[in-house]
Amino acid sequence: MAYDKFNVLTSTVVPLPTENVDTDQIIPARFLKATEREGFGDNLFRDWRYDVEGNPKKDFVLNDPTYSGKILIAGRNFGSGSSREHAVWAIYDYGFRCVVSSFFADIFKNNCLNIGVLPVTVTPEFAEVIFSAVEADPSAEVEVDIDKQTITLLSTGQSESFDINAYKKENMKNGFDDIDYLLNLKEEIVAFEKERR
Amino acid sequence: MEKKTLFDKVWDAHVVKSVQDGPDVFFIDKHFIHEVTSPVAFLNLEKRGIDVMFPERTVATPDHNVPTIDQDKTIKDKLSRMQVEKLRENCKKHGIDLHDLGSAHHGIVHVIGPELGITQPGMTIVCGDSHTSTHGAFGAIAFGIGTSEVEMVFATQCIMQSKAKKMRITVDGTLGKGVTSKDIILYIISKISAAGATGYFVEYAGSAIQSLSMEARMTICNMSIEMGARGGLIAPDETTFNYLKGKQYAPKGEAWDKAVADWKQLKTDEGATFDKEYNFDAEDIEPMITYGTNPGMGIKVIGNIPSTEGMEGSNKKTYLKSLDYMGFAPGEAIKGKKVDFVFVGSCTNGRIEDIRAVAGFVKGKKKADNITAWIVPGSREVEKLAHEEGLVKILEEAGFELRQPGCSACLAMNDDKIPAGKYAVSTSNRNFEGRQGPGARTMLASPLTVAAVAVTGEICDPREVF
Ligand code: SF4
Repeated sequence: MAYDKFNVLTSTVVPLPTENVDTDQIIPARFLKATEREGFGDNLFRDWRYDVEGNPKKDFVLNDPTYSGKILIAGRNFGSGSSREHAVWAIYDYGFRCVVSSFFADIFKNNCLNIGVLPVTVTPEFAEVIFSAVEADPSAEVEVDIDKQTITLLSTGQSESFDINAYKKENMKNGFDDIDYLLNLKEEIVAFEKERR
Repeated sequence: MEKKTLFDKVWDAHVVKSVQDGPDVFFIDKHFIHEVTSPVAFLNLEKRGIDVMFPERTVATPDHNVPTIDQDKTIKDKLSRMQVEKLRENCKKHGIDLHDLGSAHHGIVHVIGPELGITQPGMTIVCGDSHTSTHGAFGAIAFGIGTSEVEMVFATQCIMQSKAKKMRITVDGTLGKGVTSKDIILYIISKISAAGATGYFVEYAGSAIQSLSMEARMTICNMSIEMGARGGLIAPDETTFNYLKGKQYAPKGEAWDKAVADWKQLKTDEGATFDKEYNFDAEDIEPMITYGTNPGMGIKVIGNIPSTEGMEGSNKKTYLKSLDYMGFAPGEAIKGKKVDFVFVGSCTNGRIEDIRAVAGFVKGKKKADNITAWIVPGSREVEKLAHEEGLVKILEEAGFELRQPGCSACLAMNDDKIPAGKYAVSTSNRNFEGRQGPGARTMLASPLTVAAVAVTGEICDPREVF
């Protein structure tokens, strides 16, 4: 599915310093029953965000009006567990376009790149820089430039570069997905399949 | 000649094309689908106006959210029913084989694939489910994918993936009494952490691994993802061939002989290198259990929950948050903790061998009064065997409740939920917060340990309960 192009994103940041946030926390299994991709943002971090009666839990960061923005920064090993792409749909639908962590789980990272959420892996030190800056000043802005592959804390100018492979970068910049690419290889694939029978 | 690992051999044989500075166009032999991660993929396919390219390479079954009682009746939960109906509709429309609820081969997708002989050495297998790694036990490259990739496989039988780094984990030696393959994998994950194999594909090797049955090997490969690995695999050998011989979809006659000859080539060449290696000794492994909220938080059942010594910052915070959720304190013993539920099932330990192990253990005993004991076979075939072998009778006499096949309390998408605050010792693979229901407290263990816990009503060492 096509998504919005990603070039330069400048935004305030929502901090979630917890480590090992798994996809069951990002979106619990009981909210995976849809047959269309709609409304997943409402259940993002459902059990941390709401109590059993459905009332917002005050101490959870998404319920704290101090913090907002299109960038989520989380503790290490973010997105471990299930392969559910619904986790990234929830993040995207909620309004995030970029997730920053010092370490991502593999399938999660792939899923992000496939639907237009940019996963930015930073050093643990730089993650700390951002966490501290946002804690000191929730209006602190971060700029993510996909072309230059840099992430910058605007208030101090501290910056770091991040990795993304050239192919995925082009996709993200243009809002393309892999199917467009694969469909162009149809003949080669059909021939390959014949060989393997 | 270039020395290759098992992983290299299978991977390289499936690359249609390498993209410069990018991923490989990777061909998929078998695609498993279920009701939860496929509907949006089908929908998008339709929006693009394209068909499934090779429908005979996809196999479907509804497993994640199906009820485990009254499977012959209409599913009560409206949303679950809609997903299952969508799966039926989509399979029919696209000519995909469906092992539907109630049919002879219905079950958890990672249980029926091997059982039917669909899973074979040297294949590439994907499914919109991270425990697809289970199929690696046959020497296949098998891993979980997201829904966008499910759509790619429908459309082109390929996905775009970069080759993972290679890790080998060797376990040599002989397992002690009461120690199972589940303990091996829980032990490994506790050693290298829930993220320790991220970015890697793992080959399991060594005499302790080779000595295992196919079922036990599947348990190990199944949990590869719980240490962050993309997947895990084991070189096929006589055990593998014997398991597959005669299975419904396995090659027959001459084709079988040729297949076995090919499969015998599927092993890591002497001298091939890995990016990372670990070696463990089977004698060091004892019955294991998890005490926290990720599968890396495991200890011996006779051990103590780690203290916070040496931890600081967000690491310590996260650790204490996890223990707080579980209602445990740092440093205390896990043995003797009261338990409320036991769950035997899932694609990790819901196969016939697991049910035999539990039945063998509880035979002539009764479950403790404080325990609710659920046993959910991984498939109809497992259920049938359990009846035929008299295991169901033994289990029911011991006070276990037998349910119909499905994922059930492994992820609690249906009604099989552990109530908030209650403790469950489960043979499944994830102990995440809320995994078995909102507020549920999950501890992962082997079927033997679970059986022992069912009988004593508390965390115990199965070796002491014989
Ligand atoms: S049994 Fe559990 S882990 Fe296995 S496929 Fe079902 S939900 Fe996933």
